[in-house]
Order: sequence, then structure tokens, then C-alpha cells
Amino acid sequence: MDREKLLDIYTRTMRVARSDEKFRSLLMTGKLAVLYYTYRGQELASAAMMAALEPSDYLVTTYRGQHDQIAKGVPLDLLYAEIAGRATGTCKGKGGPMHITHPASGVMVTTGVVGSGLPIANGLALASQNRGDKRVTVTCFGDGATNIGAFHEAMNMAQLWQLPVIFFCQNNRYGEHTAFADHTKVQSIAQRAEAYNMRAVTVDGNDAEAMYAVAKEAVDRARAGEGPTLIEAMCYRMLGHFFGADFSYMPPEHLAEMAAADPLPRLRTLMLERQFTEAELDAIVADIDAELDAAAEFAFASPLPGPEELTLDVFEEPVLAGEYGS
Amino acid sequence: MSGKISMVQALNRAIDEAMAEDEGVILLGEDVAAKQGGGVFKISSGLSEKYGEHRIRATPISEQAIMGACVGAALAGFRPIAEIMLMNFVTVAMDQIVNHAAKLRFMSGGQTNVPLVIRTTTGVGVGFGGQHSDMLEAWFAHVPGLKIVTPSNAADAQGLMRAAIACNDPVIFIENILCYAQQSDDPGAGHFVPLGKAAVPVEGSDVSLITYGRTVLDAIAVAAELKDQGISVEVIDLRTIAPYDEAAVLASVRKTGRAVVLHEAVKAYGTGAEISARITERAFNELKAPVQRVGGAFSPVPMANALEQAWIPTKDGIKAAIHTTMDWKR
Repeated sequence: MDREKLLDIYTRTMRVARSDEKFRSLLMTGKLAVLYYTYRGQELASAAMMAALEPSDYLVTTYRGQHDQIAKGVPLDLLYAEIAGRATGTCKGKGGPMHITHPASGVMVTTGVVGSGLPIANGLALASQNRGDKRVTVTCFGDGATNIGAFHEAMNMAQLWQLPVIFFCQNNRYGEHTAFADHTKVQSIAQRAEAYNMRAVTVDGNDAEAMYAVAKEAVDRARAGEGPTLIEAMCYRMLGHFFGADFSYMPPEHLAEMAAADPLPRLRTLMLERQFTEAELDAIVADIDAELDAAAEFAFASPLPGPEELTLDVFEEPVLAGEYGS
Repeated sequence: MSGKISMVQALNRAIDEAMAEDEGVILLGEDVAAKQGGGVFKISSGLSEKYGEHRIRATPISEQAIMGACVGAALAGFRPIAEIMLMNFVTVAMDQIVNHAAKLRFMSGGQTNVPLVIRTTTGVGVGFGGQHSDMLEAWFAHVPGLKIVTPSNAADAQGLMRAAIACNDPVIFIENILCYAQQSDDPGAGHFVPLGKAAVPVEGSDVSLITYGRTVLDAIAVAAELKDQGISVEVIDLRTIAPYDEAAVLASVRKTGRAVVLHEAVKAYGTGAEISARITERAFNELKAPVQRVGGAFSPVPMANALEQAWIPTKDGIKAAIHTTMDWKR
């Protein structure tokens, strides 16, 4: 992989990682009080996937999707304002962290329902296929989502119609609090693609070069009209189902395995091996931290949405007083 | 225009016209292409030959995938039509309809929208039994973000379908199996009926009979029969169930002072309860009698014809409700 692309992946990874840190500190200090599904441990897999996409490519992700949104390019100030419930947020405060949408960055849907993004991704890809616009759609989900019917219906339809879509499973080895081996007897998620005769690849999601290579090939194939790919990126969910949740159910050996596989020190080592200097890398992080501070400041200084918002965006036309029995 | 047109022909023509005008109009559903016979009810007959199988997409039996794909295509700027063969099968796709199609405009703060038509058919009276006959409009009417339409005649079916496809929000378009063969005077090409506007097929002065869909036909027949007994019934065909034309309903009720709400769906917790409540809230002083409701029995739709006929609202039941309002003594 060329140095420029590696630097791109590093920058995306660190934006994602530093935002998670920032977010957790805002929660810890009581500046924010929202349900937060931290993605600590999944930063690199997402950053490498998004680095293989064009800004105009579509993304559909889930409630544990802020890394995907940031890596895809959602502006941090608008993202933070949305999460803080402000009128200046991506969705005017009406969506919140589980429903981040920002079409300008290609983020078309963030769903709070496990597995529901996959059928929608097919539709975005179908539109691209009919238009011939060469856009690729990526839909992110976890291993837990592969047990729901929507996954199977969507996989079958995508392969049937050879849609330009990538099913990007971040296999963090838990569905909520249930370990992989306790929710399915398949050996890997990639195995499930065999049932639909779909191309599938399992990759170490913490290996920047391997992850990017797999992502790039899948994107190139989809863009060339060669159909969908299921990518299973092996990674870990290092801080439990949601921030502050009990994770005593995770066995100590799993926690140790997780810590040893942490993608962040590993990526730093790779960057140094590739002749980036400590100073260069620190400067990138410092810039990101400054941007995050400014984003949080913008969010907290922004106005709250007014009650009239309840009448707007229900339909194209406002809901008038007295309508719908109001 | 001269000649007659059936509801099947009218729906086919509306979709054909919309597809000719806009490449973004596509139809997804089970068996809808020529290879499968143009749909179980033949609504899309001839369209895949004309527009290609990339626009008339016959799907696997996968209602979640059909609905999700239509939601996604709509987000990308298409105007998809999802054909859900029978209304009971929407239960399999409820997540996509209720959590996604209905809410994405709002949850995105207006950045995205879902111009989607969900076509589905249903109807009591043909012995299809408990899982192929339900009218489930009240479920959807309770969800902010969805519009609901049902035509009672072929001409309206054509015009409402054009309006539903043109709408920038999701529309549930309910067709009744028993109305498919029903004929109207041909309204001609380009016919358009705006959403949210009721029709008054029969004018009257004693009682307002408010209904939609197939039961409009019963209402018109009852109005004719009661005319001979000296009772002047005004029939309101809502055409759009949500948002319904409240101004038309209130204007009629203020004129007649009496109202009966009629629908095929189960009476309990049905849309009739909402309409009745709103009439009472807004026109109580003008009412000469409590608003009456007529609807399906509180049981699953049965198969045996004898039971089905006992389940469904009858003309006698409608007349009884009208007499209740006429005979009311304070």
C-alpha cells in the first residue's frame, strides 16, 4: 500500500479513535448524557473500509456506527451538535446518535434496528445499478445481525441481482451480551455467504494493509458491475455493548486477547516502520484533537431545536394545527 | 371520454404513464414481470416488456427485502412502487415500513425522504380466510409519516395512483380484490386525483355516511334504498384515509347533524373511532345523535361463506345504524 493511502487510513483511524476518547470524557464528566455504543477496538477496520470509497459512495450503518460515519466524512461539528440534541446538528437534533444521516458525506441511513440496514443498502445499490452511476453502497453491521431474517433476504437479493453493494460485517464476536459461539454454529460469517453463492472474505480487521486490500478489491468489483461481496472483518468490541455497561460476562482470556489485538498501537508501529516520524503522527492527532474540541464547543454553544420541529419533516408539507387530530 | 375501464386496467395505466414519464419509477414485487405472468392480479401486465426487467423487478418471496430495497431506492431519488401481494403480508415488512419508510424524513431532519408507494390488496368476501383478507389501515394511520389511500372505483384508482407516485412521502395504497373488476367511465389519460380530498358520490341532507374503499359501493346502494323511505343519505368517499378530508366531513355533518362511519376493517379500534371522535370534538353541538360506527366483527376473518357474510358489515347493518341516528331521542 502506498504511503499516501496509509496516511489516509491513519488519519481516519485517529479521527475515529480520538472522537471516542472525547465522547467518553464528555459522558464521564456529565457534559453529555446519551446512550453511547462505543466502537473502541473497531476503529481501523472501519477506517480502512471507508478509505477505499469515494465521498459520493453510499453508507448505511447502525447505532454502533459513529466510527463509520466519521471515517466516511461526516463533519465533526455537525455530528457533535446532533448528538448533543441541537438545532445545528446533522438532523436538527431529531435523529440523534442512532440515526445520523448526512447525504453530503454519503451517509444515507443509520438504523437502530439490528439488520435493517441491509435491505435498504440493496435499494441504494439498485438505484446506482439502474442509473449506471458507478456508485458503491457499503452497509455495516455486526456478527449478531447475521441471525436476523433481513440479513438473509438481503444477501439473497443482492447476489440474485448482482448489486453494487458490500456487506461489511465487523465481527466483534458478540451480539449484545451473547458470545459468537452462543449465537450460531457457523464457524465464520463468511460461511453464511456460501448459502447465497456470494463472494466472501474474512480478514483481520486490525491489519491495515490486509483490511484495505480486501476493501479495495470488493469496491473495485462492485464498481465494475461484478456484484456484491461479504467482508467479515475480525475485530473486538473492547468496552462492552454500550458505554458503562457491565461486561463481566466476557471471560478474562477474551479480555486479554482483545487487549493484545488493539489496532491502535499496532497501526502506530506500522506507521513508524513505514518511515513516518513520531512528530508527524503526533501532529496529526493534535490537529484532530483541536477539531474535536471545536466541534464540542460548537455543539454546546448551539441553540436547542424549537417545538415547531414536531410539525416539520413528518411529511414534505408541515402538519398544520388541527390536522391529524392535533 | 367514452367507454369503460376496469380497476385493473386503470391501475396498470397509471403505473404505465408514470413509468413513461420518469425513469425513477420502478416496481418491485413477487411475480410482477412477464416471465411470471405480470403479477397475480395482472396489475403490471405488459410493463416489463415495455420498460425492462430492471424497472419491473420480480423478486423472491422476501417482503423485508422488497420493502427495504424500495426504501433505499427512494432515498436515492427513485419513486419505487412495492407490490405486497396481500395486505396481511405487510406484517413481514413492518420494520421497514414503520421504523424506516415512515420516519427517515423526520429522523434525518428533512435531509432525506422516501417517495414510496406500497401497493397491496385485500378484501373480505372471497373465502380467503384469516391471513389473506384483513384491512389493516388503522395500524398505519397510527404511524406519523405514512399516508393511506384506497379507491372505491376504477377512475379514482387511476387518479389516486398517479398522485401517490407523485407524492414525496410514503403512501400505502390499498386495493380491494372485490373491486378489481369494477368498471368506471374511462377518465382518459393523465387523470389525477389529489390526495386528501374526499368525494361525495351521493348528496343528502339527513345523515352523513362516511366510508372508503369497497364499502362505498354498499353505502351508495343503501342511500338509494333509503331514499324510497324518505331518508336522505349523503355518502362521503374519503379516498384518502390519512390524512382524511376533515373539512369535507365536518361540512357534511354540520349540514345533516348525523353521522355514521362505515368500514370493512374490524370496528374495534378502527379508523371509525378516530373519525367519530374528531366529529364529536369539533361538531358536538351540531349533532342530533351520537356518531355510529359500522365495521367488521371482532374475530379473525373466517373462511366459510356463511361466517364471512356474518362477519362483514351488511347493508342491513348500515341501515340499522342510520335508523339509530334518525330515531335518536335526547
